[in-house]
Amino acid sequence: MSTVVGEMDHNDHHHHAPPGITRWLFTTNHKDIGTLYLWFSFIMFLVGGSMAMVIRAELFQPGLQLVEPHFFNQMTTVHGLIMVFGAVMPAFTGLANWMIPMMIGAPDMALPRMNNWSFWILPFAFAILLASLFMEGGGPAFGWTFYAPLSTTYSSDSTALFVFSVHIMGISSIMGAINVIVTIMNMRAPGMTYMKMPLFCWSWFITAFLLIAVMPVLAGAVTMVLTDKYFGTSFFDAAGGGDPVLFQHIFWFFGHPEVYIMILPAFGVVSAIIPAFARKPLFGYASMVYATAAIAGLSFLVWAHHMFTTGMPVFAELFFMYCTMLISVPTGVKVFNWVATMWRGSMTFETPMLFALAFVILFTIGGFSGLMLAITPVDFQYHDTYFVVAHFHYVLVTGAIFSIMAAAYYWLPKWTGHMYDEKLGKLHFWASLISVNVLFFPMHFAGLAGMPRRIPDYSLAFADINQIVSIGGFAFGLSQLIFLWVVIKCIKGGEKAPAKPWDGADGLEWEVPSPAPYHTFDTPPDVYDVPPEAK
Amino acid sequence: MSQHPTQPDNSRIVRRLLLTVVGMFAFGFALVPLYNVFCDITGFNGRFNDGQAAANTKAVDTSRTVNVQFITRVNKGMPWGFEPEVRSVRVHPGETKVVNFLARNPTGKNMVAQAIPSVAPGEASLYLNKVECFCFNQQPLAAGSDTAMPMQFYLDPDIPEHIHTVTLSYTMYDMTEKATPDALAALAQPVN
Amino acid sequence: MSIRLITALMAMLPMASQARSQFNLTQGATEISQRVYDLHMTIFYIVCVIGVVVFGAMFWSMIRHRKSKGRKPAQFHENVKVEIIWTAIPFLILIGMAIPATSTLIAMEDTSEADVTVLVTGSQWKWHYKYFDSDVEFYSLLATSRDEIDNKLEKRENYLLEVDRPLVIPTDRKVRFLVTSDDVIHSWWVPDFAVKKDANPGFINETWTQVDEPGIYRGQCAELCGKDHGFMPVVVIAKEPAEFDAWLAEQEEIARQEKEEEQRLLAMSMDMDELMEVGERVYLGSCAACHQANGEGIPGVFPALKGSEMALNDMQGHIDIVVNGKSGTSMQAFGNQLSLKELAAVITYERNAWGNNTGETVQAADVNAYMNE
Repeated sequence: MSTVVGEMDHNDHHHHAPPGITRWLFTTNHKDIGTLYLWFSFIMFLVGGSMAMVIRAELFQPGLQLVEPHFFNQMTTVHGLIMVFGAVMPAFTGLANWMIPMMIGAPDMALPRMNNWSFWILPFAFAILLASLFMEGGGPAFGWTFYAPLSTTYSSDSTALFVFSVHIMGISSIMGAINVIVTIMNMRAPGMTYMKMPLFCWSWFITAFLLIAVMPVLAGAVTMVLTDKYFGTSFFDAAGGGDPVLFQHIFWFFGHPEVYIMILPAFGVVSAIIPAFARKPLFGYASMVYATAAIAGLSFLVWAHHMFTTGMPVFAELFFMYCTMLISVPTGVKVFNWVATMWRGSMTFETPMLFALAFVILFTIGGFSGLMLAITPVDFQYHDTYFVVAHFHYVLVTGAIFSIMAAAYYWLPKWTGHMYDEKLGKLHFWASLISVNVLFFPMHFAGLAGMPRRIPDYSLAFADINQIVSIGGFAFGLSQLIFLWVVIKCIKGGEKAPAKPWDGADGLEWEVPSPAPYHTFDTPPDVYDVPPEAK
Repeated sequence: MSQHPTQPDNSRIVRRLLLTVVGMFAFGFALVPLYNVFCDITGFNGRFNDGQAAANTKAVDTSRTVNVQFITRVNKGMPWGFEPEVRSVRVHPGETKVVNFLARNPTGKNMVAQAIPSVAPGEASLYLNKVECFCFNQQPLAAGSDTAMPMQFYLDPDIPEHIHTVTLSYTMYDMTEKATPDALAALAQPVN
Repeated sequence: MSIRLITALMAMLPMASQARSQFNLTQGATEISQRVYDLHMTIFYIVCVIGVVVFGAMFWSMIRHRKSKGRKPAQFHENVKVEIIWTAIPFLILIGMAIPATSTLIAMEDTSEADVTVLVTGSQWKWHYKYFDSDVEFYSLLATSRDEIDNKLEKRENYLLEVDRPLVIPTDRKVRFLVTSDDVIHSWWVPDFAVKKDANPGFINETWTQVDEPGIYRGQCAELCGKDHGFMPVVVIAKEPAEFDAWLAEQEEIARQEKEEEQRLLAMSMDMDELMEVGERVYLGSCAACHQANGEGIPGVFPALKGSEMALNDMQGHIDIVVNGKSGTSMQAFGNQLSLKELAAVITYERNAWGNNTGETVQAADVNAYMNE
């Protein structure tokens, strides 16, 4: 059902952005809002990252040196919440805002005023969350998964703030998702059929449906925590006929699709970058779309693989094990397609390509450990150890975040009108790549050898590994400052970027000048008759 | 600022999506009863079919015996004494037994408690039927007094062959703050 | 880079597979843990092979198919046959993995016909063990001293993995664990048994082990359970069955004697110095985790005892809360955890330490009178 977008009337155009702070406060321009999202997520990335530095500093040696265990738990909790809801998700929403309208030949997002709101409530959500750290009794200290009853009966008074802030984050995500769906359904340029859309749009389209489906469930879970703690309900309290394990079912019903919410857009980014620098069309466009949809569908059937140790009957353990293993099939298809895209291409290795290639390899390593974790009998050993920590950081840092870096380098010339400093970009890449592996790879060993996660102190056997991990952590943290430098330098000046700085790139975003004008595609463009990436 | 006229079908899609959001929010809460039903059907998590069972009508299977163990616990911060009269009984499937549980309120105030059952293995909970149990209701106990509370049960003769031991655990929770009117009324009566 | 890491890892494995490794899963001390280890290694080798193939193709392509080598890009972008093959092959590999995984899982979940049953109860932040069919029960607390944790003393070999009273189980017998919790969710984990089971408040979970070799096996709580989650280890000693029976009988005898001793103590009155000395020891072991060694608690989470109204003025309330705990909070009922003497001493200590100079002593008889009034 392709909707033909007719001519748009724009009588009251400003062709340049209005000056001053009000431009940002009241903007309904998708590019401005995209920029806001991206800067916000970068700031949150640094805030969440500095909490990781506190964690790694405390874990540098056995014994308690810097922080109290209670504060340590707040750091792990808020680090997780900020990175998931403050860094990765808003970064992808920022990319969606900037790129989706340009990729489908639309003048803006479909619901620009809602777009403004969905961004501007976010800073409040995180201000509340961060402020809770300074309350008496401290902020949330129950892990980002906030298992009841640790988050209900046994939590500090700031839990209400945590709940409120998660509600706001959820509302923001839902509004963002609605906007993406309506934009893609209604605003595609004439001739831009669904199967001609770039994969980034496809993966975001599917992600948006996942968001609509599961963010409300998260809202329900935090609401139940709130009423259990403050209003005497017993959803998760055995005394009143509830069950703490029920909380985990509800949470992970949200939580597992959430994992894919953070990785599907990354697939889209990488599917744009690899063909561009291999100078060869994406292999298996249609199968990529189907694989993405299959992963999204399966993500609703695997939630209890996070809960194998809670005591489930054998048949349930087997069901969730099999479904989880099945996910590796469509994921494998994607990886194979990327490799086939590179095969017999004509590759160059600019920074975006380097990050995309690192993504493919390191995300696959995260996928391997994920497959190992799916095997229930061995999961009993891996569960809640550093093996799990290593696994999801490979998927989220070298997966999601590397893809965001790749996207930033890829589209920076389009956003700023300048080429970034390639030397600095490469420096950033190699520094990140080496440090991130020093940081996360040894965690596999610590976990296998038996180090539980979320502990502020550990037995002597883990001392060497943790020291190496911490050094990697500090190095990775510092490396990200290079990125900040590259971006600022690129905004301030540099070589003028042509409309299409990458000779192998394809897609409507490269048809408009660099930097992209404040308004693009006021008149819908002519659209190819083959998918841009399959041309 | 650019204003794009919202197309008519924008609002239709938005409406549907918002409806989905509301529906999924409700679904989150619907998971609570769904989970309970699921647990009752499968014995998931050793949760109990808490309702009162009808007396056994099937023939007693004297060919085998099952060891039924009792575990009693009091919740953290709950001062009651709470113990089964016997640690375990051996029963034939289908045979009805009565076991007394002894509770004592050592404190100087009247209290109301609720016992929460749990069964291991979870599968066995499907076959453990209670005809009469103190855990169906809140239990009031006046300051310093004690009581014997009966529990009458039988194992369904259909209980699978591989189950040789069934453990029934009760955790006693302090419900004084959330007491039902019945329990409070019982407390108000003079001790006889 | 990652390939090299994987090869390095693989090279390490043969040496790592001896005894308890610093880098790999333990083979453990039971048939099940050995099966789990074998399954882990099988899956690991399979993913390594897949990794070598996929990354090999990628690196080959990255080295050979470069623009700088003058390569002209091919233009193919579809091949249904290839795509069916690389959907089908992973599927077959998965089936190959699922078969041994399923049989191991079914073996692990078979808790029937156990010889010994132990009730394991987690609470913030200690484990409690109770032998079914016996009166023996005890708490098991971290034995590592505070000074080691605070880097004031050198850390000993089993730092954070040692307890005051380990669980003792027989070898060559099927031991069934019923796992539950008094407050939040904990998880009882002994890597050498491949046993990890969540302790859910209000519900019991089952798991089991059968240890082949006598020895000391160490594990930890695996589920975040609050502040001192990292400080509640599990230590299990496996003894020959005869030795185990003797040990259990001895423990029953000790428990009986302690009860008699307690009655005898009721008649005695301890002086302030002795009460304070015992009280400090008990306080540091049972109370300091929350209320802190300096009695100041953690504002907003655990109340301060120093200068508190109850510790200064309300002796009956003080005895009540220590003996009976407080519902709906982290404050446990210590009445059945500590002896009368210890209860009396710790209450006295709390009323006279850190400038709470009430000068009052509480005697075992006072506590006993309160508990039996």
